[in-house]
Amino acid sequence: MSEIRFTKDHEYVRIDGDVGTVGISDHAQQQLGDVVFVELPALGAKFDQGAGAAVVESVKAASDVFAPVSGVVVAVNSEVDAEPALINQDALGRGWIMKIKLADPKELETLMNQSDYDAFLTTLA
Amino acid sequence: MSESAILLTPLHRLHVELGARMAPFAGYDMPIHYSSGILAEHLQTRASAGMFDVSHMGQARLDGPDHATTALALERLCPADILGLAPGRQRYTQFLNAEGGVIDDLMVTRPPGADGRLNLVVNASRKAVDFALLEQALPADVRLTRLDEAALIAVQGPAAARVLARLAPESDIAAMPFMSARPIRFAALATQVSRSGYTGEDGFEISLPAGEAEAFARRLLDESEVEPIGLGARDSLRLEAGLCLYGHELDETIDPVEAGLAWSIQKRRRVEGRFPGTARVQRALTEGPARRRVGIRLEGRAPAREGADIVSASGEPVGRVTSGGFGPSVGAPIAMGYVASALTAPGTPLALTVRGKPLAARVAPLPFHPHAYHRG
Repeated sequence: MSEIRFTKDHEYVRIDGDVGTVGISDHAQQQLGDVVFVELPALGAKFDQGAGAAVVESVKAASDVFAPVSGVVVAVNSEVDAEPALINQDALGRGWIMKIKLADPKELETLMNQSDYDAFLTTLA
Repeated sequence: MSESAILLTPLHRLHVELGARMAPFAGYDMPIHYSSGILAEHLQTRASAGMFDVSHMGQARLDGPDHATTALALERLCPADILGLAPGRQRYTQFLNAEGGVIDDLMVTRPPGADGRLNLVVNASRKAVDFALLEQALPADVRLTRLDEAALIAVQGPAAARVLARLAPESDIAAMPFMSARPIRFAALATQVSRSGYTGEDGFEISLPAGEAEAFARRLLDESEVEPIGLGARDSLRLEAGLCLYGHELDETIDPVEAGLAWSIQKRRRVEGRFPGTARVQRALTEGPARRRVGIRLEGRAPAREGADIVSASGEPVGRVTSGGFGPSVGAPIAMGYVASALTAPGTPLALTVRGKPLAARVAPLPFHPHAYHRG
């Protein structure tokens, strides 16, 4: 079972070797409402941890997706490009946004695991 | 954070009970959407019927000795023909400042059988400004009464007429002409109803006492065709309908002609003037305004939002987006903005700057989605 980590901005990264699959959490998609467009990064784009890497547009507003880890984009999800609503329907699964080859796996220690994230959610208003 | 300062409409408890996502708007805690979400609420309104709490808007009454006195008093502030408004009819107009800029847009209704009375509905965000303007401008024999104890509920969509007819079977409400107004009794409840709205669909706006509003709203929601609709979908509906929102397409620097509202200035007023900003409005009517409000369709799927720069095909800045988002019925991103008049023909290529990049777009005719007003 691959490991998953979460950021305080509600991105997740699911690790498989040195590649992380990145998306937004189910909480985030609920807060956003209906997703109508996703601006995906280019293949090969490099991001530092915390940099804006993608944009998710809902009916009302645009929302940045920050890279949860530093690295290089090795894949983007053409399915969410064609069907942005996948992010609402299956944020943790088919609604993934991009895959990043990790520059520094130690960064994962700065992120929350599933139970820490669940606890974090209960502290939000 | 000062939660105690925020205002609540008479339906606030109902919105919270229904699980609405609430947020402040014009000083009121308002439902942005309910559990269905903005997209579903928008589509529901166009397919069936939606119920909107618009009690935050400013309702008021003018009372004078006779219709002519009250109408002419109002005409000193707005460019519409109010004198010629027949009993039981409603008209859309604007309050203008001395430069011809829009202070607010509003609906004016002449209720049947109440000579000398006019009912006004103004925007929530402008009601303080509007009422101060009226207090200062009205003559001694025309009195302004704010109707702060009145709720306002809109029912919009193709099923609206039959739902309301079911609730008021003796009333013949379904035969009301578009932009007409009359009292309607729903069982024991006396209300004032107009056939108008802000969605482009057939619909009604119902003014009723605040104390009766929650029970009436629950009664409406009991009807299978009706769902509650929040401000998010209210905005996407009016954007698709090509309707102005104060603070976006209208403000004190924009005149009604460049805003595409010359149709609301009836002929007698165009000729006679005697409203604030007559010079600018008459010049714009005769020579054409320098810029105009247009609809814009983006060629891709990324939306552009208000504030985005509009550039011409040759890259010069030519305007700004005043409203933008995704149109659920259109199925594509849409926007409105002002551009130089030379560039307003439908099909004119433009670009909208989003996150620093120019997105290809074209001027599109308004409305983006056809109006379905009752023309029976």
